[in-house]
Amino acid sequence: MIEYFNSFMIAVESLTKQKLRSALTLIGIVIGVASIIGIMTTMEAIQTYMEKSLSVLGSTVFQVQKTPFMNVGPSDRHKYQNRKDIKIEHADAIRDRAKKVANVGAEDWTYGRVIRYKKKSTEPVYLVSGATPEWSPNNGYYVDVGRFLTQLDVDYSRFVMVIGTEVVEDLFPFIYPIGETVKFEGRNFEVVGIIEEQGSEMGQSRNNMLVIPITVYQKIYGKEGSINITISAKSSELLNGAIDEIITIMRAVRKVAPGEDNDFEIFNSESLIAFWNDMSRNLKIGSILISFISLMVAGIGIMNIMMVSVTERTKEIGIRKALGARKKHILTQFLIEAVLLSLTGGLIGVILGVLLGNVVASLMNLSIAIPWFWVVVGLIFCSFVGIASGFWPALKASRLDPIESLRFE
Amino acid sequence: MTLIDIEGVKKIYDLGAEKIHALDGVSLKIERGEYIAIMGPSGSGKSTIMNILGCLDTPTSGSYYFEGEEVSKMDDNQLAGIRNQKIGFVFQTFNLLPRISSLQNVELPLIYGGVSLESRRERAELVLERVGLADRMNHKPNELSGGQRQRVAVARALANEPSIILADEPTGNLDSKTGEEIMVLFNQIHEAGNTIILVTHEEYIAENAHRIIRLHDGLIASDEVVRMHTMN
Ligand SMILES: Nc1ncnc2c1ncn2[C@@H]1O[C@H](COP(=O)(O)OP(=O)(O)O)[C@@H](O)[C@H]1O
Ligand SMILES: [Mg+2]
Repeated sequence: MIEYFNSFMIAVESLTKQKLRSALTLIGIVIGVASIIGIMTTMEAIQTYMEKSLSVLGSTVFQVQKTPFMNVGPSDRHKYQNRKDIKIEHADAIRDRAKKVANVGAEDWTYGRVIRYKKKSTEPVYLVSGATPEWSPNNGYYVDVGRFLTQLDVDYSRFVMVIGTEVVEDLFPFIYPIGETVKFEGRNFEVVGIIEEQGSEMGQSRNNMLVIPITVYQKIYGKEGSINITISAKSSELLNGAIDEIITIMRAVRKVAPGEDNDFEIFNSESLIAFWNDMSRNLKIGSILISFISLMVAGIGIMNIMMVSVTERTKEIGIRKALGARKKHILTQFLIEAVLLSLTGGLIGVILGVLLGNVVASLMNLSIAIPWFWVVVGLIFCSFVGIASGFWPALKASRLDPIESLRFE
Repeated sequence: MTLIDIEGVKKIYDLGAEKIHALDGVSLKIERGEYIAIMGPSGSGKSTIMNILGCLDTPTSGSYYFEGEEVSKMDDNQLAGIRNQKIGFVFQTFNLLPRISSLQNVELPLIYGGVSLESRRERAELVLERVGLADRMNHKPNELSGGQRQRVAVARALANEPSIILADEPTGNLDSKTGEEIMVLFNQIHEAGNTIILVTHEEYIAENAHRIIRLHDGLIASDEVVRMHTMN
């Protein structure tokens, strides 16, 4: 044991005496480890966020949309564009016929619009939603002050508006907003409610939003295009039954022939999680590949530098052998040097990766994460790289002839 | 007991075109406590015999017994063990590791001998004091004079309390005054009971020894006791 500790100390010493060379050798390792740890850190942060926010969304809510959550290829896009649009009538049909659902809402969204009040105007509002009353429970946003939209607002296309707290701050710093009239898309709206303050998600504030009746929304933006239908099942046990029920109703209403594929998409938090897992798995495999390759290249670099080091230190090896160093002493000294080199690079890589990953995560407003599993895997792999690439040079060193080595200048 | 016993030792370098008989059949017995000088012209085989005696090199043929054990039959690791425990080698060019302190240099054979950290430090400090370098322990070799470097090398050779000190032209790189100071050190070490073999070109250095062996073309030309040595 003491011998290995000594070999360790000898190795540390000779590495610190050759700082520049050691540093150069480290770069490859640092890149390899930093890239994998950086990506894993970001993934971990997103994962934590996804799990938290999707569980808030509720396990009973699902959506019907014309196109999938994310289009994959150009040919797919074409196929989805040719589908019939989803209309408010579809939502009405579901509301009439489905037995296993609690709330059926029709909604549509747009972004970046401005609201004015007297001389003041807001920043472009992040989220503009045309909605039905079910919007509130289905999305988990509840009104704090005033009221939410009612069915009458929708049926009579009333120009009423529910706003987020940031809109309140922009327009009504000193005035009670309920009952005030604001200008939006050239029309006058009455403010009827304020949504309670929310946390922010993915770098975007969720308080910077406004909601108007979907009928009014369509008067402004037109009736073309698809809406989303948001549905909550009566209970989580009924979720799968409710989804089947909605598929049947939608196929009937949209006259999809038996045997043909659905011409709409359904997804809930589970399928979003599945989609996310799919995407993150590919990203992870990609980053593992990148790291693997750069660590392999780095390993060759370490082998090279160790070979040079062994040659340059032939005299030193001769002296050590003359003083009684055995093969195993020389072997472990150089092996430990190689492992220390790659582990140092690995540690720097871990620190850099965690920092970078968390910078990305905090740009997306996610909480800080450390992917411990990958930190451990990365460091273990670095040790292997060190052993594998240091072995041959170390063996060469241990086999040097003492007399010939001593003669080396 | 006989410390070293070699019989008919040959060292032949086969250079293809010619064969160099660096040692051409050397037999020699060395007792514990002897103080021997090996002399001879350049190329006569002095370093070759020292390296073989020091277990750094192996003879082409012939036998070598060290403390009754047959060295010529040992493997690399056993030879390393002998070098570490039984032999203290002092080189003409000092052969200190340049980047570490005197103390750390002296600790090297103790490290390979498996001595624990604390007693190693203690022993290294002790031998450095013994060679008069108590105040230079943390100096690196390039911060020391030639004489001081050779003292560190002697301290390193003494660290594991070996059976014999082998010194190949230990004063060869030193001026004569410093050389004589080193010889005073060797004399002290011998008086303390150590066995010493040293190679030298200089008669006045060789005069310190009790027995002078002269080599010529890989053979012993003469082997004479010049002074009775005190057996301990
Ligand atoms: N590695 C070697 N290869 C070939 N010849 C060698 C080698 N080492 C020593 N010799 C030869 O062996 C002879 C004895 O050398 P050496 O013992 O170093 O002499 P000395 O120390 O007495 O000057 C010399 O002729 C030298 O050239
Ligand atoms: Mg010589």
